[in-house]
Amino acid sequence: MSAETESLERLADGGYAYGFVTDVEQDTVPPGLNEDVVRLISAKKEEPQWLLDWRLEAFRAWQQMPVPDWANVHYPPIDYQAISYYAAPKKSIGEGPASLEDIDPEIKKTYDRLGIPLVEQEFLAGVAVDAVFDSVSVATSYRGKLAEQGIIFCSFSEAVREHPELVRQYLGTVVPTRDNYYAALNSAVFSDGSFVYIPKGVRCPMELSTYFRINAKNTGQFERTLIVADAGAYVSYLEGCTAPMRDENQLHAAVVELVAMDDATIKYSTVQNWYPGDKDGKGGIYNFVTKRGLCKGARSKISWTQVETGSAITWKYPSCVLRGDDSVGEFYSVALTRDCMQADTGTKMIHMGKNTRSTIVSKGISAGRSQNAYRGLVRILPGADGARNYSQCDSLLMGDQCGAHTFPYVEVQNPSAQVEHEATTSKVSDDQIFYLQTRGISAEDAVSLIVNGFCKEVFKELPMEFAVEAQKLLELKLEGSVG
Amino acid sequence: MLEIKNLHASVDGREILRGIDLVIRPGEVHAIMGPNGSGKSTLANIIAGRPGYEATAGEVLFDGKSLLELAPEERAREGLFLAFQYPVEIPGVNNLYFLKAAVNAVRKHRGEEELDALDFLEKVQQRAGLVKMDESFLKRPVNEGFSGGEKKRNEILQMTVLEPKLAVLDETDSGLDIDALKVVADGVNALRSPERAFLVITHYQRLLDHIVPDVVHVMVDGVIVRSGGPQLALELEEQGYSLYGRAEGESRRAQA
Repeated sequence: MSAETESLERLADGGYAYGFVTDVEQDTVPPGLNEDVVRLISAKKEEPQWLLDWRLEAFRAWQQMPVPDWANVHYPPIDYQAISYYAAPKKSIGEGPASLEDIDPEIKKTYDRLGIPLVEQEFLAGVAVDAVFDSVSVATSYRGKLAEQGIIFCSFSEAVREHPELVRQYLGTVVPTRDNYYAALNSAVFSDGSFVYIPKGVRCPMELSTYFRINAKNTGQFERTLIVADAGAYVSYLEGCTAPMRDENQLHAAVVELVAMDDATIKYSTVQNWYPGDKDGKGGIYNFVTKRGLCKGARSKISWTQVETGSAITWKYPSCVLRGDDSVGEFYSVALTRDCMQADTGTKMIHMGKNTRSTIVSKGISAGRSQNAYRGLVRILPGADGARNYSQCDSLLMGDQCGAHTFPYVEVQNPSAQVEHEATTSKVSDDQIFYLQTRGISAEDAVSLIVNGFCKEVFKELPMEFAVEAQKLLELKLEGSVG
Repeated sequence: MLEIKNLHASVDGREILRGIDLVIRPGEVHAIMGPNGSGKSTLANIIAGRPGYEATAGEVLFDGKSLLELAPEERAREGLFLAFQYPVEIPGVNNLYFLKAAVNAVRKHRGEEELDALDFLEKVQQRAGLVKMDESFLKRPVNEGFSGGEKKRNEILQMTVLEPKLAVLDETDSGLDIDALKVVADGVNALRSPERAFLVITHYQRLLDHIVPDVVHVMVDGVIVRSGGPQLALELEEQGYSLYGRAEGESRRAQA
């Protein structure tokens, strides 16, 4: 057996360290989806009429929409009547996010096990966390400190109550309710998520982050995140996600909207580690997510960085609409699939303004029997004089039963545009592993060294602490050892 | 230090080595010469543990331990080093980072602490000077975009940093100009010590002008047909391998 095959076998045996279940009393809406469920969710959150109307409009639109079938992923039809659309730990009902001292100890323990500090300054000083547990936000740290600079960082439900004018102004402006099937579903039943507003000229002094945890059984998580950076503002935001190991597939259909005004910068990083199912493909999260940023103002910049290591199926295309002149869009992605995982991920860069620039760097790693696809669209509209795009899509194959696919779409309607696309496919070779072994490095470490080298251009875009975390996570996934 | 007894080895089911006996003591430099396809590189690969190279009979002892039972990385941690004939590129992995991972893997095996980052950098910089390698190479990905000569120099740099007990150089001189050849020889000579041994595999005598061996072996068709002092290399240079039943360059078996 070659060294590579051996490391891959260990990889295939790998466990999932975050698969535990937290035992808390839950308030759960029975499975099923109709207008009454939409009304019930809205009522539980004591929402204003305009938001209920918005949800209902989305729900009616969703009912008319066909399920998208163009992605390179395969799964049985989802029974939307079998899913529960709302689950919340009982103790938090009606009170909104608890103060940090009031969190249910069981839930606090959960986040401790996940390595997410809900206690300020205990672990990662300088990172503010909004913790979302199933359908509700259970805690948000550092709110007071951020408020001093006029920064709003709170759960989405709270934003609807406290800052309805801001929510109403921006909600659905980047991802309209009818944008796509899963976005419409999310708009109808979204439960919670994070809201961020950075005022004019303010540079957010710390990383903001949301940690999503699915705990309840047979429940979908439909969170909604909205980040607005006003003129000249800067914010760096990170999201992480995990879920218990369950034999049933669970649906996660989130929507993230970003708005950057003149000279504003939003950096959005994701480390996604949803439960991917077992090695035969049983169970796991269906991660069907719509993420889009609008570079509304001149010289604004939106940068997506994602490290996708989990989920049974990943279907997501964090995109940038470059409307402001001289605005910049970036997409840096590492997607690792193993066992029977399927990923169809990439980005869309829509160039509208003059001299808009975009960069796409995608690194796909496929192992086991997994299928990993990059799908990306670069569209240059007629008004986008001088637009430039550079795309690089690299695939790394481990073993001979996996697949890597690249689907780049380019639509250029302005003759002054420059669009470049590079793509490579390589294998982790036995020669590379042997070479590293002869220097004293184990076959397992050799594989992770090679993979980390392959992903380097993306990791360097992550905030420092998270780059280290992402690298460790990838090593864990590769070594197959339980952390 | 290295003791090879009646070693037979096959690649893809074809027997390449047909009974090798060789003893290398600490402090000695042995050279193995021979025509293409004689099995020289197969011997190097068997010693290092390359997958696909199978020892079918005999044994290889390194400091009394049976090498053939160890994984390649375990051999390296025991103090064995192979300078590759064709060094491999590892894209995206910084040369310095790679060296550090290697040194620390060996130190961990010996129960030693990891080297302090600054001490390590100083050591590597000093060794890079020894092999006349520009420091910019330390920050570049391992062997990626290196010329043939730069790759070989990088092998020697790794050897001088890892300080093995036994270094096997597999045709490290092939494709090198005279300046690069001297750099390789200087690296080896700087490491020569009473505790350390070298096995230099080469097709040509010219490397042995700069690395003077204690013993020269001639390998033909998978067996050592003659052993002698440094003068043997000079004889071979004049007479070729035809004395041993093989003409220079003739290859009955593809060299592995």
